[in-house]
Amino acid sequence: MSAVTGRQPSRRGDLLGVERRWGLLLAAPAILGFLIFTIGPMVASLVFSLTDWTIGAPAKFVGLGNYDKLAHDPLFWKSLNVTTYYTLGVVPLTLLIGFVVALLVNQGVRGRSFWRTVYYLPTLVPAVASSVLWIWIFNPDFGLLNSMLRQGGLPTSNWIYGERSAVPSLIIMSTWGFGNAMVIFLAGLQGVPRHLYEAVAIDGGGTWARFRHVTLPFMTPVIFYNLVTGVIGTFQVFNQAYIMTQGGPNNATQFYIYYLYTKAFTDSEIGYASALAWVLFVVVLVITVLLFRNARRWVHYEMGAAR
Amino acid sequence: MKRSRTVGSAPRVSPRRTALWVVLGLGGALMVLPFLWLVRSALMTDNQIFISPPQWLPKPFAWSNFSGAMSSQPFARYFLNTMIIEVLVVTGTVLTCALAAFSFSRLRWRGRNLVFGLLLTGVMLPYAVTLIPTFVMWGSIGALDTFVPLTLPAWFAGAGGGVFNIFLFRQFFLTIPYELDEAAYLDGATPWKVFWSVIMPLSKPVVVVVVIFTFIGVWNDFLGPLLYLTDDSKFTLALGLAGFQSTYTAQWGFLMAASLVVILPITLIFFALQRYFVEGVTLTGVKG
Repeated sequence: MSAVTGRQPSRRGDLLGVERRWGLLLAAPAILGFLIFTIGPMVASLVFSLTDWTIGAPAKFVGLGNYDKLAHDPLFWKSLNVTTYYTLGVVPLTLLIGFVVALLVNQGVRGRSFWRTVYYLPTLVPAVASSVLWIWIFNPDFGLLNSMLRQGGLPTSNWIYGERSAVPSLIIMSTWGFGNAMVIFLAGLQGVPRHLYEAVAIDGGGTWARFRHVTLPFMTPVIFYNLVTGVIGTFQVFNQAYIMTQGGPNNATQFYIYYLYTKAFTDSEIGYASALAWVLFVVVLVITVLLFRNARRWVHYEMGAAR
Repeated sequence: MKRSRTVGSAPRVSPRRTALWVVLGLGGALMVLPFLWLVRSALMTDNQIFISPPQWLPKPFAWSNFSGAMSSQPFARYFLNTMIIEVLVVTGTVLTCALAAFSFSRLRWRGRNLVFGLLLTGVMLPYAVTLIPTFVMWGSIGALDTFVPLTLPAWFAGAGGGVFNIFLFRQFFLTIPYELDEAAYLDGATPWKVFWSVIMPLSKPVVVVVVIFTFIGVWNDFLGPLLYLTDDSKFTLALGLAGFQSTYTAQWGFLMAASLVVILPITLIFFALQRYFVEGVTLTGVKG
């Protein structure tokens, strides 16, 4: 490429042409990556979902047969139900606890970075190591939780080994990792204008009034961000199901991605698994659209400083 | 606001502040308790580990759990495999994401915002949608049971997942005055030279952030290695630990020692670079 040296400033066309070529060149790896690893597989997945294709046998076009099949598949509905239950447990708890802790840490207490570190630590634990650790914590006979409950004279639980207690157990484990949401909330709280707190105080407002009229409205965009990313993340949980519970007991933890994984890579049902993937996409998309529409009623962006 | 103290005045300890410390302390204890259970178990013999009610102080300290765990599976090999993948992924991700971000933020060309917006839509896509066809693709070119599926996408800006990194770089690049680019162009620089000699040297903070989070992402990755690596000699730490768990289901001392070995490097990195961790999380969540 020729350098811009010697060109007249008035030749904007040439300069823009140069920048366009370089722009496309430098972005080419990302664009190619998007096409090869996102668009291509996305289209292929849609095509696969219209076939009856088990690895090792030729693919046979079946139209919407896979979608009809999954509509009548009890495990499909079970996996959707389990995943929704888990999401409805983890997301509210993580947001609530993360926000409360962020508010407390943000109260100007000394050692702010110390507390932030302590609460963030669980987020650092790799998923596999966390799963191994919590299997031991949930052990019915010698685990940490039942040992402490027993010592306190309280009723114990079968935790991940009980059909009714398995998902609540995983909700507890995931809530332990609320540190990411907390750090984001903390950063958001730093952006709330001080002068508005003073204005409320001058009007005689106390702690609750400051929270209700200043903190909360300004934090709505951050709450919304954590809500959306939380929902999308929990709907795609896999590690806990695979390492800790294998979808059991009695399919009590048959998470959607775990079921899809089993269909695709254990049963080699490529067509059916692809249909499962597309239904997940539609479900997550619908939920996200609903969240964005609902957000119009409670998320305030006009206070520019919040972003 | 820091309050200056007069000589002789007692420090103010309000009931409110005490209550705050108590609540934060109790909450913090809850957060740390699982770690204590982990460390305590990693240092106990099986005899002691099963005493009820549980003891908290290892007696004696069973360091043999670590040497036993590390020698029962080829953890050194797992570590080496993980580091090979780390170097390839981190390098590819930083380079191609920064290049794309430079294009989208400092080169003025029609369509750049449209292209960037299109890439951003990839974030919304559940990875499950691309999982199966991508696996079929790698299989069809004979790349299964190699590191290629785990590393090559990183050299295309990490495919769908990497767009967050492009976003981070772009946000940072937009804070740099454009006059610096203009001065370099007047000196005859090409855009590549501006990128490499002007913008990147000024962008160390965001590079560190992207390196940290990419490193953690690879360290954490389980599904990728599970799908693409079948030969035990190619396992990563995450895959090796999962296999270890299914083999030593009830030997908790060994299991906790192995888990601790997987957890420690990430924790040490965090304590060394904590400021960048927080800055990275902040950038993704608040400024945008």
